Amino acid sequence: MKTFAIKTATALAVGAALAFGASVSGTAAAAPKKGGILKYVVPAEPPSFDGHRETTFALIHPIAPFYSVLIRVNPDKPSSPTDFRCDLCTSMPKATEGGTKYTFKIRQGVPFSDGTELTAHDVVATYQKIIFPAEGVASARKAFFVSVESVTAPDPYTVVFKLKYPSGAFIPALANPYNFVYSKAKLDADMHWYEKNVMGSGPFLLDSREAGAVIRGKRNPNYYHKGKPYLDGFEAIFAKKQSLRVQAIRGDRAAIEFRGFPPKSRDDLKKALGKEINVQESNWNCVLIATPNHTRKPFNDPRVRRALSLAIDRWGGSKYLSKIAIVKAVGGVAFPGHPLAAKKSELQKIAGYWPDLKKSRAEARRLLKEAGVPNLKFELHNRGVDQPYKIVGTWLIDQWKKVGVTVTQRVQPTGPFYATLRKKKDFDVSLDFNCQAVVNPLLDVSKFISDDKSGNQYGGYQDREMDKMFTAMNQEASVAKQRAIMRKFEKRALDEQTNLMITLWWYRIIPHRSYVKGWKISPSHYLNQDLSGVWLSK
Amino acid sequence: MASNPAYDAALDAPAEKPSLGARLLRLMRKQPLGTGGLLIVVIMVLAAAFAPWLSPYDPTANDFAAMHEAPGAEHWLGTDQFGRDLLARIIYGARTALVVGFVSALFGGTIGLVLGVASAYFGGRFDLFFQRVMDVFMAFPLIIMALAVVSIFGTGIQNVIIAITIPFVPRCARVVRSSALALRDIPFIDAARAMGYSHTRIILRHMVPNVMAPYLIMITAFVGQAILLEASLSYLGLGVQEPTPAWGLMLQGGAEEYAESAPWIAVFPGLAITLGVFGFNLFGDAVRDALDPKLRSQ
Amino acid sequence: MVAGACERKAQPRAMAQYILKRLLLLFPTLLGAAVLVFFLMRLIPGDVCELRMAGTGAYFDEEALKICQAELGLNRPVMVQFWEFIRGYATFNFGDSMYTGRPIVDEIGLRFELSLQVAIMATITAILLAIPLGTISAIKQNTWIDYGVRAFSIAGIAMPSFWLGILIILGLLITTQAWFGTAWMPPIQYKAIWVDPVYNLSMLIWPAVATGYRYSAVATRMTRSAMLEVLREDYVRTARAKGLLEKLIIRRHALKNSLLPVVTVIGIEFAFLMGGLVVTEQVFNLNGLGKLFVESVTNFDYNMTQALVMVVVTVFVLTNFVVDVMYGWLDPRIHYR
Repeated sequence: MKTFAIKTATALAVGAALAFGASVSGTAAAAPKKGGILKYVVPAEPPSFDGHRETTFALIHPIAPFYSVLIRVNPDKPSSPTDFRCDLCTSMPKATEGGTKYTFKIRQGVPFSDGTELTAHDVVATYQKIIFPAEGVASARKAFFVSVESVTAPDPYTVVFKLKYPSGAFIPALANPYNFVYSKAKLDADMHWYEKNVMGSGPFLLDSREAGAVIRGKRNPNYYHKGKPYLDGFEAIFAKKQSLRVQAIRGDRAAIEFRGFPPKSRDDLKKALGKEINVQESNWNCVLIATPNHTRKPFNDPRVRRALSLAIDRWGGSKYLSKIAIVKAVGGVAFPGHPLAAKKSELQKIAGYWPDLKKSRAEARRLLKEAGVPNLKFELHNRGVDQPYKIVGTWLIDQWKKVGVTVTQRVQPTGPFYATLRKKKDFDVSLDFNCQAVVNPLLDVSKFISDDKSGNQYGGYQDREMDKMFTAMNQEASVAKQRAIMRKFEKRALDEQTNLMITLWWYRIIPHRSYVKGWKISPSHYLNQDLSGVWLSK
Repeated sequence: MASNPAYDAALDAPAEKPSLGARLLRLMRKQPLGTGGLLIVVIMVLAAAFAPWLSPYDPTANDFAAMHEAPGAEHWLGTDQFGRDLLARIIYGARTALVVGFVSALFGGTIGLVLGVASAYFGGRFDLFFQRVMDVFMAFPLIIMALAVVSIFGTGIQNVIIAITIPFVPRCARVVRSSALALRDIPFIDAARAMGYSHTRIILRHMVPNVMAPYLIMITAFVGQAILLEASLSYLGLGVQEPTPAWGLMLQGGAEEYAESAPWIAVFPGLAITLGVFGFNLFGDAVRDALDPKLRSQ
Repeated sequence: MVAGACERKAQPRAMAQYILKRLLLLFPTLLGAAVLVFFLMRLIPGDVCELRMAGTGAYFDEEALKICQAELGLNRPVMVQFWEFIRGYATFNFGDSMYTGRPIVDEIGLRFELSLQVAIMATITAILLAIPLGTISAIKQNTWIDYGVRAFSIAGIAMPSFWLGILIILGLLITTQAWFGTAWMPPIQYKAIWVDPVYNLSMLIWPAVATGYRYSAVATRMTRSAMLEVLREDYVRTARAKGLLEKLIIRRHALKNSLLPVVTVIGIEFAFLMGGLVVTEQVFNLNGLGKLFVESVTNFDYNMTQALVMVVVTVFVLTNFVVDVMYGWLDPRIHYR
């Protein structure tokens, strides 16, 4: 019996981390200094403090520093999709019983901020809440753990996860940064307590909070990773306007922002502040997808969908849009640079990625004519967020104009946008995104399978071929075979059927004050945010 | 309310457009500011009307080879981050501004006029009820109303116009109503009723023409306000959407980002708005001074 | 039409009736506003639960949605929800925010201080600009000074306020960098004025000036036309005939009497300032009521929006009421109906 999980993990680890285009500039080799308050700006405020319930990055940035997790992506190598380290556990276990059992040993003597000790029972209570939430309790990542049969604590310092079947997706799911470990006592008293309260075992303690304005944390003197955190505290300042966040860093009202700035802001900051600014950049595990509504004519016709994709000049767009928007990489369904992702030569065979733009557009016109809609007019549904939604929207409209398709835009604020996209579904073509915390293409591509299986596919189609390939990929042990299936999956999704159209993958640019050290950029703005390794060199 | 000799005078003769117009023209010559305003307005209207001939480029054509170029020979006002010519976008933007401005001002003003006069005329319960409704809409925060309208009906020029028209109605109704109230007690109206004229006829033929002064004043004030409201709504992301050229939209997003290195992207649309509203306000002031120097604006 | 002795005696009674009547008329207005905001919000497609599940675009859980909606009472019949709302308003119990779960009174109270301060500072700026400018403009009517003042004040209305704000912040950054070597911008965190007055003022002076300039335009015009009217009045002409110094005339008679309409306008505008600075707050990152307003609508936070609208409408209606009564009392030419 091959231990599927081990094989996957090892196989993926081959050549993984460095292929990601992450570039870190100015990492000093100096010893970390203790002290100082880190001020950073956050674009939005989270609706509640419960990590199990929320899905927005606006929760992670101010709140993650208060909590511990069981395992996490290696903080020193946050770009790696496979390098997982222990936070609360003592060592990364190997799967036993044919890859279905994981036994974690928990550190001893870890205190919650209220003085009680964190034991395996707290971890179990946490994961019970995440995986098997009680009636009335929302858990946003329940579906990540469908492979889990049970989680138990045979003794106060051991946690056992039993899976129904071996799954390579389990460890990455466990490492999700939203899986804050809560206190069993608090959960037993009130399952909703953590929505409005903060009480964790992380590197920082909640100092104060002003709704709509700021959340402050102070160092946890009893943190179990000795010597950390280096900071005395932090201030997470909420600032909705992007230009203001940039100005805040320029005027030193804040030192860093953890989501990402457009290239222009980076250039302005560099020009204004020179050496006082460090820039870290990385490909971002987020992609904007143009979703045609398969239940509406003429988008039910694959020729029309294919034509729309052929009209888009992705290679050119990447070059220019990367100057004004937070997008860059041209990629397929998998995170560019990942072993499972298509190489450039493979991409160029897919419709919409051909190197010959004229040929593409001619073919697009031909298809539209054949489908009977040579002067197609439709409305693009978009989210009222500048970067990169509206910019990509404007660009797409111009691209489609070049094949005779006239498009107007219907923009909605975030709330109504999702209501339309997910429930009402009264759109022609809508922009949508796919952002994941841990890079995990095998799971991430679930966006493309049938909507009754996917949970986040909003094109309104069922494609059983895709479903079959998805299942096959996920049960396959060898990376080479996974890759082969992935290529077929991709070809069908983007070319033959053009179920959804990938536009461009996002690009993360973090210009920050150079006195901020110890933070490494990753492909995800959810990772590596507990700030325990951050220090200030001033 | 104090009696107003202007209305007494106006009532002696049935309303005659020519005399009003001629008075206007005469008085505007005495008003340099007003004439300046009129000039700006005329330029705007001409630019909007002849946009396709005046504009050097297609305002929505992306040209990635010419991204945020400084003003120069090829692009007189420079280009924005998509490489679109700013002069073209400003000229076409005048269209959006004027359409939004005029339509909302006219609709809002006219609906307000009819409702205000009717309310004053019928009086009693109807007036009381009606006033409350107007009070509600006036007290209701503008932005929230606009936000709600846009969230319900979507963005786009028609919905922006609706969102902007709504606050104008009660404001005009209020002003018109107080003018019309003075009219209502005039024996002339009672006589007309006694003679059996229908309500509609009296309202339309005898009352409305005599409140044209405040109506026109409100409308000219509204156009400027409408342009600004559209700009604010676009800034908040609720107005007209890309790639439609509209001044307020041009100030949103990219303009702030590039304010330092490519200031022309923000400066010119901002100037256009300021000048446009400025012109309409000056012109409106002159209209007001001409029609009734004692009438205080809201 | 000077009030005769008979009318003067009857006035206190008529006055009381007038006040009572105006007071009673407030309630339908408030109810109307309540109905409007309640149904308007619910017409927007979507709700706060759908928004909360938005996030990363992954794994949207239908069950979690239903749970959330039940929790917030969104699945109850509409009229029940409406009645709850009205009852809450009447008893000053606004309930909790649907988005954050915190008591609405707390959420509003937090931002109230800041909005109030900006409103007051803006009003002071407006007055400081309007009264002298309007007076000069009226005295020197139709001269170039008059035109200059009018142009200056109309520019204040014509400029988009956010544009002005952007220019201010950018200007500060660039000039301080050029002159002092380090870029300075206004603080982005709020500290109350009694905690750190210098910090507080250095943050709020800019939005106050940007907004105040705009509001001064309206007040300047009011002052000017009120002054013009008063300057033509008989008693001013008499005073002039008597040979009183122009300055004295202006100060003693004209200014006092022209203040009434100006105060009226300022009072009403102030009511708008309290919830209407949405755009300015965005530009300067102020955690004020305007921002809360917009957020509550975009977050489908029905309770919060309803509470805020009711607060704003109540303030507006009460302000109008006070102004109406004041006007009626001060101007004897008004008939009480």
